[in-house]
Amino acid sequence: MTFAPPQHTHGWLKLSPMNRRRLDNFRRNRRGLWSFWIFMALFAVSLSAEFVANDRPLIASYKGELLFPVLVDYPEDKFGGFEAHTDYRDPDIAGEIEAHGWMVWPPIRFANATTKLDPPTPFPSPPTWTLSEAQCRAAIVAHARGDAKKIPPGGGACRDLEPEWLGTDADGHDVVARLIYGFRISVLFGLILAGVSSAIGIAAGAVQGYFGGWLDLTMQRLIEIWSSLPHLYILIILSAILTPGFVVLLTILLLFSWVSLVHLVRAEFLRARNFEYVTAARALGLSNAKIIFKHVLPNAMVATLTFLPFIVNSSISTLTSLDFLGLGMPPGSPSLGELLLQGKSNLSAPWLGLSAFAVVALMLSLLIFIGEAVRDAFDPRKTFT
Amino acid sequence: MTAAAPLLSVRDLSVAFRHGDETHVVVDRVSFTLERGQALALVGESGSGKSVTAQSIVKLLPYPAASHPSGAVLFKGRDVLTMSDASLRDMRGAGVTMVFQEPMTSLNPLHTIERQVGEIIALHGGRAASTRDRVIALLTEVGLADPASRLGAYPHQLSGGQRQRVMIAMALANRPDLFIADEPTTALDVTVQAQILALLKDLQAKLGMALLFITHDLGIVRKIARDVAVMQKGRIVEAGKTAEVFANPQHPYTKMLLAAETKGEAPARDAAAKPILEANDVRVWFPIRHGFLRRTIGHVKAVDGVSLTVREGQTVGVVGESGSGKTTLGLAILRLIRSQGTIAYCGRGLSGLTVKEMRPFRRDMQIVFQDPFGSLSPRLSVAEIVEEGLIAQKTRLNAAERREAVARALADTGVDPASMDRYPHEFSGGQRQRIAIARAMALDPKFVVLDEPTSALDMSVQAQIVDLLRDLQKRRALAYLFISHDLRVVRALASEIVVMRRGEVVESGPAREVFAAPRSDYTRALFAAAFAIEAETSGVVSQ
Repeated sequence: MTFAPPQHTHGWLKLSPMNRRRLDNFRRNRRGLWSFWIFMALFAVSLSAEFVANDRPLIASYKGELLFPVLVDYPEDKFGGFEAHTDYRDPDIAGEIEAHGWMVWPPIRFANATTKLDPPTPFPSPPTWTLSEAQCRAAIVAHARGDAKKIPPGGGACRDLEPEWLGTDADGHDVVARLIYGFRISVLFGLILAGVSSAIGIAAGAVQGYFGGWLDLTMQRLIEIWSSLPHLYILIILSAILTPGFVVLLTILLLFSWVSLVHLVRAEFLRARNFEYVTAARALGLSNAKIIFKHVLPNAMVATLTFLPFIVNSSISTLTSLDFLGLGMPPGSPSLGELLLQGKSNLSAPWLGLSAFAVVALMLSLLIFIGEAVRDAFDPRKTFT
Repeated sequence: MTAAAPLLSVRDLSVAFRHGDETHVVVDRVSFTLERGQALALVGESGSGKSVTAQSIVKLLPYPAASHPSGAVLFKGRDVLTMSDASLRDMRGAGVTMVFQEPMTSLNPLHTIERQVGEIIALHGGRAASTRDRVIALLTEVGLADPASRLGAYPHQLSGGQRQRVMIAMALANRPDLFIADEPTTALDVTVQAQILALLKDLQAKLGMALLFITHDLGIVRKIARDVAVMQKGRIVEAGKTAEVFANPQHPYTKMLLAAETKGEAPARDAAAKPILEANDVRVWFPIRHGFLRRTIGHVKAVDGVSLTVREGQTVGVVGESGSGKTTLGLAILRLIRSQGTIAYCGRGLSGLTVKEMRPFRRDMQIVFQDPFGSLSPRLSVAEIVEEGLIAQKTRLNAAERREAVARALADTGVDPASMDRYPHEFSGGQRQRIAIARAMALDPKFVVLDEPTSALDMSVQAQIVDLLRDLQKRRALAYLFISHDLRVVRALASEIVVMRRGEVVESGPAREVFAAPRSDYTRALFAAAFAIEAETSGVVSQ
């Protein structure tokens, strides 16, 4: 005779009733939910930045051969040139390919480091929709390089010019392309930094809180000393010694950011280790590791998850401010902070500062709204109002 | 005597709480009256609405979440529910006062006793010059020993019973006409409970005030109240003179409550049975450290030289007040905290075993805790909770077999196995305690420590759990170490008894002999308090 009821599996994800209630709470927060979907859409677009903004065509056909320039780096001699890499924006190469086939371009024909040739004005050049007809005509003539066939009849107008939606920066890079790539690098940096520092912070807090005693005392004092070091000066010194890059910056910031969660997790563990169900688990013969992961950690995770979006936010702000100060990513990297700095040095080119500001503000606001919704969803009292 | 209006008259009182869009009626058209100088007891299990009724008399509920769809509360002829805030404040603390269950949280931990008692005198028009004398007089009245030297004490420096005395002093400060006591002794030890009840009864007679006493303990009702009203699910199902109601209950719920008092007696001690667990001279000393180098200057002797033997199929009851070291002893025997002395399971010494070496023994030695809400992890389903031991002990069962074992353990303890995929918060306290017992029983142990398994439960549920434990013991020949301060439950289960006080054994022996003829004064006082609710005044027990 069997007693056990059949086990139900709830699709691909088994959610406990508590988590289902939290998910419902999150969904009920309209602002948080919309922020989440908008953010996810923007993040998805920026993850596929190479297919959205690139100086290489997505697909090209040349002399009957199907080419994928966005994925494969073809040498220029394939198209009658002599460089190691093909510049598809070069009028000669483009003309050669168009003559023997076709090209499908991404919506924006600039990568983050593509320098615009023949700008209508000296760099930074404004968005094309703000140019006067005379400026457009001059740019078209310059672009033709004396080839009269390339000048449209009547001298051309602004609609014949390659569009620059938000203009270029001081180095001649397209601002839209830079924003897309910059958004991606900021969010990835923030997520990785928040993820890794949370993992370290939770582990350290868990060990301190669960075992307590001398271990706790020693680590607490070490953390106090560590976190009282002047972060900014150490960063400046380290970035003078090491060549700053994505990984180097991530490591340096990680050195200091992991302590932020330790106190929280430690407090949760100190509270939870005295719960009777933890004693009951010890009486059943469970090992410490099992007790930590199965019984105590899930309780501490609520507090941690609630903090996570805010940690992502502060990581992004840190990276942006370092770039703004010129201590961050190497020159030429698509960074929002560097664009803000350009905006500050080129006050006569307001499209730089304004667009960088709008993207940073949007990104941080969306994350804050998501964070608030997550926090409220985890708040047990919220369900009763 | 003229037919004057009663002091307190509650008519058709209903209380509703709003949760979101839903409204729950928790008190449903309750009516009772209380004359000057009389005592009325409101009895019922948790959730029956007795505390909410009491709090609406002084309008202390969280309005506007709470509302009164019907009814009136007439205190001296005036309706409390429609009173202005100013006259409400005048009434509270002077006309009507209240004492709550938990004396630790009812007092402000940052203020001295003098200040807290003095504040309420000053609030209702006392003169500052005489306040100190008045406070001392009040504290003397409530029987606080040496009140003058206690004036500067903070709440944490007093025991639970002393704190409750201070609360009562504050409540009596302005000579109220009505005194509401909401389970004032539930958080206290039996001996202290008896003292507080004696004090309340004495004061009520002396000051001629009316007493509304809220409790779930029928024994107390018999002792203190002339009238009783039995509440169930927000309604008063039966009311009348206490003696009549108890002698001849009319409503089935009252009958059930009266029958629920744990009865029965444990089997006699069988000294020939195989000893399962022997503990010899167990000591748990916590060092007191002092100074910069944290030298050990002394020890708190939580358990000091306790020896006992638990035999197969029998129960050893450990009784004593809170702080007597009962729970510490239980944890030490299971080697969940460090201890000195020898502990042997089936003749094999457990002392000095590492965590790993100890693991096989964990299978045979289990524990059930007091609080069924704290002892089950809220994030695991019932099946996951019960099967945990099976996984930890590497019983080589596959998932389906484990589910089967879980289902059997649940069925054995009276929980429907079909509910095994639900979460603890969906169960009542009694059912949760059954799940906790199922978790212990899933491993088929031979020795179980039961640490106050019935103390957090309602009377009727207590009796069921005791029956379940007795039944399991009979079927599986289990050895129990039963820790409790509730002597009535211990008498129903234990064949041998150990009385502890301040970490030491005061008295031990076969339960029948000890209950029939306690040898030490402390045991006698404990029994008098528990069975007759009589206070011991000779000073053997602390305040």
